[in-house]
Amino acid sequence: MYATNFSRAANLADASAKMGAATDGKYLAGGQTLIPTMKQRLAAPSDLIDLTRIPDLSGIKADADTVTIGAATRHYDVATSATVRGAIPAIAALAAGIGDPAVRHMGTIGGSIANNDPAADYPAAVLALGAGIITDKRTIFAEAWFQGMFSTALGTDEIVKAIQFPIPAKAAYAKFPNPASRYALAGVFVAKMKNGSVRVAATGVGEGGVLRFPALEAALQANWSAAALANVAVSPEGLLSDIHGSAEYRANLVNVMARRAVAAAG
Amino acid sequence: MTTVSMTVNGRQVSADVEDRTLLVDYLRNAISLTGTHVGCDTSQCGACVVHVDGRAVKSCTMLAVQAAGSSVTTIEGLATGDELHPVQAAFREHHGLQCGFCTPGMIMTAVDMIRRHGGQLDEATVRHELEGNICRCTGYHNIVKAILDAAAKMQMPAAAE
Amino acid sequence: MGMEGIGQRVVRKEDKRFITGKGKYTDDVKLVGMTHAHFVRSPHAHAKVVSIDSAAALAMPGVIAVLTGAELVADRIGNLICGWMVHSKDGSPMKMGAYPAMAPETVRYVGQAVAVVIAETKNQARDAAEAVTVEYEELPAATTVAAALASDAPQLHPEAPGNRVYEWSIGDKAATETAFSGAAHVVSMDITNNRLVPNPMEPRSAVANYDSGDDALTLWTTSQNPHVARLVLSAFYNIAPEHKLRVIAPDVGGGFGSKIYIYPEEIVCLWASRKVNRPIKWTSDRTEAFLTDAHGRDHVSKAEMAFDADHKILGLRVHTYANFGAYMSLFSSSVPTYLYATLLSGQYVIPAIYAEVDGVYTNTVPVDAYRGAGRPEATYLLERMMETAARQFGLDPVDLRRKNFITSFPYQTPVIMTYDAGDYNASLDAALKAIDYAGFPARKAAAAARGKLRGIGFSCYIEACGIAPSKAVGSLGAGVGLWESAEVRVNPVGTVEVLTGSHSHGQGHETTFAQLISERLGIGIDQVSIVHGDTDKVQFGMGTYGSRSGAVGMSAIVKAMDKVEAKARKIAAHLMEAAEGDIVIEGGEFKVAGTDKKMPFALVALAAYTGHNLPDGMEPGLKEGAFYDPTNFTFPAGTYVCEVEIDADTGKTEVVNFVAADDFGRMINPMIVEGQVHGGLAQGIGQALLEGTVYSDDGQLMTASYMDYCMPRADDLPSFDLHHTTTLCPGNPLGIKGCGEAGAIGSPPAVINAITDAIGHNDMSMPATPAKVWAAIHGRAAAE
Repeated sequence: MYATNFSRAANLADASAKMGAATDGKYLAGGQTLIPTMKQRLAAPSDLIDLTRIPDLSGIKADADTVTIGAATRHYDVATSATVRGAIPAIAALAAGIGDPAVRHMGTIGGSIANNDPAADYPAAVLALGAGIITDKRTIFAEAWFQGMFSTALGTDEIVKAIQFPIPAKAAYAKFPNPASRYALAGVFVAKMKNGSVRVAATGVGEGGVLRFPALEAALQANWSAAALANVAVSPEGLLSDIHGSAEYRANLVNVMARRAVAAAG
Repeated sequence: MTTVSMTVNGRQVSADVEDRTLLVDYLRNAISLTGTHVGCDTSQCGACVVHVDGRAVKSCTMLAVQAAGSSVTTIEGLATGDELHPVQAAFREHHGLQCGFCTPGMIMTAVDMIRRHGGQLDEATVRHELEGNICRCTGYHNIVKAILDAAAKMQMPAAAE
Repeated sequence: MGMEGIGQRVVRKEDKRFITGKGKYTDDVKLVGMTHAHFVRSPHAHAKVVSIDSAAALAMPGVIAVLTGAELVADRIGNLICGWMVHSKDGSPMKMGAYPAMAPETVRYVGQAVAVVIAETKNQARDAAEAVTVEYEELPAATTVAAALASDAPQLHPEAPGNRVYEWSIGDKAATETAFSGAAHVVSMDITNNRLVPNPMEPRSAVANYDSGDDALTLWTTSQNPHVARLVLSAFYNIAPEHKLRVIAPDVGGGFGSKIYIYPEEIVCLWASRKVNRPIKWTSDRTEAFLTDAHGRDHVSKAEMAFDADHKILGLRVHTYANFGAYMSLFSSSVPTYLYATLLSGQYVIPAIYAEVDGVYTNTVPVDAYRGAGRPEATYLLERMMETAARQFGLDPVDLRRKNFITSFPYQTPVIMTYDAGDYNASLDAALKAIDYAGFPARKAAAAARGKLRGIGFSCYIEACGIAPSKAVGSLGAGVGLWESAEVRVNPVGTVEVLTGSHSHGQGHETTFAQLISERLGIGIDQVSIVHGDTDKVQFGMGTYGSRSGAVGMSAIVKAMDKVEAKARKIAAHLMEAAEGDIVIEGGEFKVAGTDKKMPFALVALAAYTGHNLPDGMEPGLKEGAFYDPTNFTFPAGTYVCEVEIDADTGKTEVVNFVAADDFGRMINPMIVEGQVHGGLAQGIGQALLEGTVYSDDGQLMTASYMDYCMPRADDLPSFDLHHTTTLCPGNPLGIKGCGEAGAIGSPPAVINAITDAIGHNDMSMPATPAKVWAAIHGRAAAE
């Protein structure tokens, strides 16, 4: 890791001020992606501004239609939240499957979606549910948020405050992990919204990060069942291909994981 | 250099370190607790697992300054005097270690696992929960046995959420 | 047999320090004034080093020195050696290029060191290493045997034309040709044994300390054999004479072969410590470990087996290409020859065998012994062949094996080895019973009902451990003897210290070796301490690898104990005024048979040291040493059976049942033996299902971290079902055969045989990743 300066932000204004004063600052939440990246010397921020002690950034709230999760809320707290388990059990299950227990104790939802890491799990849920990303400046919806691999609409001086998920009628997430890294080789989130619309988003497979699969959505829109997907081809076009699996294999996994997610969603 | 203070194994400690110092390096070098190990660079092997404010974390993936003011428990702080923690005792009884290098992280992970599950564990759960801890010697067979036995012996009430 | 004697499942003495965080590993060593080294490594697989500019690095905070390969040469530090001379079939010695500890002119693999930075802190050393500017002139690279043997391949070393190290053969070519010409059936296969990275969890580390007052050096290092390290560092690398070099291998966090070798980093730290007159620590990070620890396996073979009409084996013909990487590592030459091809008879009567092995240089990390070393490759080849042959003949694979088993001993194979004892039917029967072979069809049907493909696979392995005798290995080209030493020191109060040349890096010697003393003297193991891993304490020893510590190391202790016991009997007989022949040792006491006279061992020991009343002419003291050179290898063998279930939709394989029935001869501590098998099985199943090393065509290691190299996790493995059958090894006093490598040797073919059985498709390479298995099931491409 290159030398860096660490400071804790007391509140959002303090965080912005500290970022403004830094030559090449970065916000630090759980650090479960940023610190490994810095250890490999692939990132060299001059300053790290710790957001996790800002009181407003952690916590989980729900109303009849939405669940709102503070950006600095740890995966473990999402996974074990009675509120999340009750309203959107698919989100709790997804959080319970991120990394390993020690990573879940540190990692945060804000950090997970801030980078559009192609193998992170939360982006699939955010995109499939059409969640809103609430920053200190605005609310950005999922479609506009993800802008390609490792790229989002987040401004350099902007802080993610919370993620607001609409509560779906049915949803589930199914992941096939990369055997080595245990990140998603294909992670598919399926959702049937209360208005009847269906969305399917997958992580781990797209060259441009998380993406939706309209053919699968159409089939499920017509018939919400795993069987409805049996003969729906997923094109390998635009999917990742590497030493762990061809695009064709990943395309297959998208279909298989989508079927399993639908079965799990009921 | 920043003066970083925290409570480690019940003892107040303080050291001047660079901000880039990882918690594991702080423990091993600044305060000479070498029981916590480093086995990889990618936050996967778990040899470095310690408890920060009661939760298992990878001390190689946390800056020492992030833990400033926190309460940290390492493998050296697990036993009570000469009395081994039940998980330590179970690892010995079931031959859950060979070279001993991954063992501190394994034990700290196991203690956290048993706490979170209130001692209610089965083999599949234990194997799944060990995803972040790599052992090259034991094939995990006896580690799994040791954790299950320790969990049964501890019979803890479920951890409060 | 006492409570802590031979055969008892005694809990390990060494565990307390490991479970309380009090282990002392090399990276835990901290010396006053200690500096830190960081190596500048080649990013290219093959390149000329044009220039190295250290000026910017030297100007950085805390930097003490930047040293290069040219300075190493100038200081006459020797090139790394290969300690086993293998001759080609034309009689010529193997052809080796120079292997400098830091490359002065040419780099031949990604990660090879070209310079080292010494600085006050680890971070400063690493920061400055990035400021060392190295200008390279890139050369074309070859990473596979096929690429390196191509007519237009880049030439790695001028000494080895065509990148060929040797073209070796074993067996009777003419007899084998005859066997094939008379065959009713011939089974042929192309078989690849995947390259693995050993990955002990403790990365390599070295702390070198030059003491200018004594002009002496001390090295703490992650070694399986500190005495061999000292010998080689002194005799070949010109570091210091042996009496001025102390090598300490403290607690070592696993080795699996990869810590046998003396690596460039240790040499450089010792040399540099003298140059800067400061202690230096270097600890590998995991990526460096992937780039510099000796890799294992990497064979490509063509194999043919001839059978008669009754399916008895007539002959075996094998041509293997071994990828040695860019340099010949310390024992690399022996692995695909004397540790591999000599085991090609397996458990079977094969009247004629002819094997050719071509050793090849490539632009990859050097390859050497990794758990099993040659024997897994031989077992994989044979057991894939046997299973394939059975399928082609429409026979039960169990029946084909049984029909061809060796059943009378000693048995001389056509490839050097004389098997001393074994009962292969016994271990096969034990395994069949444990797996419930008859119930397999029902289990397969039940799995199918759940949508899973279930398969079963066998492997009947044999291996050779405790490589010896020294005279024999010397005649085959070994540069060292392979005996072991021991010294038993009885203290005046009756406690015992055993000094051994074996080295424990997880094997539990502090317990098993103490159990041997407990068995002999009837004292508790807490009265015994085992001293190892320090050249200042133990005079000499050959270390631990090749499953040799029980069969060879403990035999040396037995010999030393025999002498101690003989002297103690004389003393006891003298003190109790009895005949020496009437002395019986029981429960820590020396008794006179048929009387109530007795005295505790502690008093015998005390008498030896007071010297007040010893037999006439006897020297005081009670301390004896011994060197033990075995008369033969030992031959552990067994049967492994694997059952898998495969998810056809994803290609994921789950090992649902794994039975191991091993014959290790006498077991000192079955708990520790089982632990060794568990670990070996995990590594073998890892090789079969998960672990594979991938190089890009231009020589970049694509699997250089746990993100891409798949280490077995707890949820990749089942609990194992272990069984033992026993035929004692006749060649050593305890009847021990060795158990450290069997799991890794026997398991890979069992797994692949099970997978190919499940999917009904015999072509499957290791590792059988989900992508590959899915592709095989569906006839598609697996990965790019």
